[in-house]
Amino acid sequence: MTSALGSAPTGRDDQVSSTGRPARSTSTRAHRRRWARAAGTGWLYVLPALLMYAVFVLRPLALTVQYSFYDWNGIGVARWAGLDNYVTVFTDSDLLKIISNAIILIVFFSLIPVALGLLVASMVRRITTGAFGTVVRTILFLPQVIPLVAAGIAWSWLLSTNGLVNQVLRALGLGGLARAWLGDFDTALPAVGVIGAWVLLGLCTILLVTGMSKIDPALYEAARLDGAGPVREFLAVTLPSLRQEIGVCLTVTIIAALASFDIVYISTSGGPGLQTTVPGLEIYRLAFSQRQVGLASALAVVLMLLVLAFVLPIQRLTRGEKP
Amino acid sequence: MEELLTKIPRRRALVLAPLLVIGLAATACSAPGADRSSTAGPDAAVKTDLGTAPVKLEMYAETGFPLAKALADEFTKQHPNVTFAIREDQFTVIVENAPRVMASDNAPDIIRLPTMVDLVKDDLLENLDPYVSAYGWDKFPASQLMQLRVGDNTRGTGSLYGMGLGYSVTGVFYNKKLASQVGMTQPPATVAEFEQLLAKAKAGGVQPIMQFNKNTAGINFPHQALQNQFGDPAQVADWIFQKPGATFDTPAALKATQTIQKWAQAGYFPKDANALDYAGMVGQFQKGNGLFMFNGDWESANLDKAMPGNVGFFLFPAETAGGKHVAMSAPNTFGVSAKAKNPDTAAYFLNWVHTNAKAREIAVTVGGSSPGGPSDLPVPAAAPNTVLAETLKAAQQLGAENGAVDFTANATGGIFAAAITPEMQKLVAGQQTPEGYVKAVQAEYAKELSR
Repeated sequence: MTSALGSAPTGRDDQVSSTGRPARSTSTRAHRRRWARAAGTGWLYVLPALLMYAVFVLRPLALTVQYSFYDWNGIGVARWAGLDNYVTVFTDSDLLKIISNAIILIVFFSLIPVALGLLVASMVRRITTGAFGTVVRTILFLPQVIPLVAAGIAWSWLLSTNGLVNQVLRALGLGGLARAWLGDFDTALPAVGVIGAWVLLGLCTILLVTGMSKIDPALYEAARLDGAGPVREFLAVTLPSLRQEIGVCLTVTIIAALASFDIVYISTSGGPGLQTTVPGLEIYRLAFSQRQVGLASALAVVLMLLVLAFVLPIQRLTRGEKP
Repeated sequence: MEELLTKIPRRRALVLAPLLVIGLAATACSAPGADRSSTAGPDAAVKTDLGTAPVKLEMYAETGFPLAKALADEFTKQHPNVTFAIREDQFTVIVENAPRVMASDNAPDIIRLPTMVDLVKDDLLENLDPYVSAYGWDKFPASQLMQLRVGDNTRGTGSLYGMGLGYSVTGVFYNKKLASQVGMTQPPATVAEFEQLLAKAKAGGVQPIMQFNKNTAGINFPHQALQNQFGDPAQVADWIFQKPGATFDTPAALKATQTIQKWAQAGYFPKDANALDYAGMVGQFQKGNGLFMFNGDWESANLDKAMPGNVGFFLFPAETAGGKHVAMSAPNTFGVSAKAKNPDTAAYFLNWVHTNAKAREIAVTVGGSSPGGPSDLPVPAAAPNTVLAETLKAAQQLGAENGAVDFTANATGGIFAAAITPEMQKLVAGQQTPEGYVKAVQAEYAKELSR
């Protein structure tokens, strides 16, 4: 997440590539040899990190794919299961409901924070400098700093039967609406979604504010000279200029929605019924409590593909023209 | 990040590809899971002598229950050469970790156990049969250790694989002040009387039952209490012990589920039960928000402290007056790892817990439970006028009536999380029918046993 924050607004990837080698413009033999040597040294520098990556990311990934073809309880001898686990993932009605829960969460974790973030960002755009700007940014970013577990606990108090939310409702004479928000079949998933929206709004806002500060003021001036109002200005100047930042926001938040675990585990444990069970939680339960490591792995692989299916098109759409 | 996700330059892909292949090749050759050579039969030569050499027992116990640590401390006091290294986790965490922890090279000597059948199947648990004759555990009442026996993939018969640090009993706690308010002068003698009290409480603006149903289904407590009474409890026990042909789809279970649905619709459970967890339930009951609470004697000492003199306990009544009491009752099970470094010392400790006078006293005062052990040893007395004294008495009564059954939640490793909890949450919210509930629980059970 920090890497996304750091790399997003720079937008200078094509001047110096990440390995530090010079852009290849000529193709003489000497140049190529020099390049090869430089690249060799570069790889040497990268090697320690690459080894860690291979051991802690690639190997577990490969193992997960391998396990998904077995029927295994995590201890005893595994039995080859072929595609059985995948068939189960796509035919079990409970598992399909669980996957659809994650997709519904995208609305709350992704669309709402980005939309609200755009609104808030364009409102605080003018006060990004000075002490007041720092205060505003800090407050907005605060939910991102709080551990998700703490956020989950705090929100389950707020949303409990006698929590602050219901107290406010009763004080307003809306006691009829008061309910155990996280325990009610109709409201549990949206309530979990609200927690996620709260956590992710700050991140989106900060990214978008930073992006806005890079927009050339001349564009706004030109728009105003052409007689554009604030709305027109937003649609014609702000939105197109923020394409890349919006892309990063959507990517990060969609991954957070589909791979959510902490908030759900703490606030509802997936209940009531399966109303708020998400793939991340189910993978954990299948592997550790029901000891179906194969099925859990298959669901994990499907979840990964699902994330890619959502995120890759967004990357393509928002890549933007190179300046 | 953007770059990585969009397009990896071909040259870099050329280098990455072999790396990936190597990674895959290094891992994907053999099927997962060790080809464990089955351990030989129970070691006949066991040592019942503690010796004087220093021993460090590794213990894996449950957070929030000080009994294990209190017993360990007392044991070290009596036998200074034996010290304990205690690691604690919440029960659900132990359930999830137990197989891996016990398969590791640092397997604990003594471990709080969830369901045992899988662990026995994977050769992770020490067979305690040699100690049974060595220590004379065969002279304990047979029903005490029955739940801890495993044979042929079923529980209830076969070799012994665990012992209890106390033997718990469950029933109904009641708030005495609220009880007199609704006109309850003595514990109900029949299910019908119990239901009348619920109705009276509701009419009088008192929350009839305080029960949690979040995370895990607390309403399974009253459900099984009813199920035990509406049919033959042996049928329930067979199902829990995974006897061939046993089913949850019985008239007794259905009638119990219909009753729970009726109670939920009548508002006898808290409206927010599905959002209330165990700690929340106990807190609410202690604050006086609830006439009854279905729970076990592990909470007795705690309740005596929080609401002294104001809390009582009774075993759930039978369907007809004078009928036999049946209650969920389970040992606070501890087993010995097959890979334990000090199995003899661990067994000595387990025997000491059941037979040493001071240990038995700790089981009662700290654990709130009956200490078990041979029937000729006296049960230490609890302070009079405490609910602890009442639960101890109930445990003895239940033992005399031979009415103990295990929890349906313990039937298989996954049944509670995968079926009972979500389906019970649906049932009390009106999203599941009693017929559907019974069938769903049985379907999950059959699925798990077929694996």
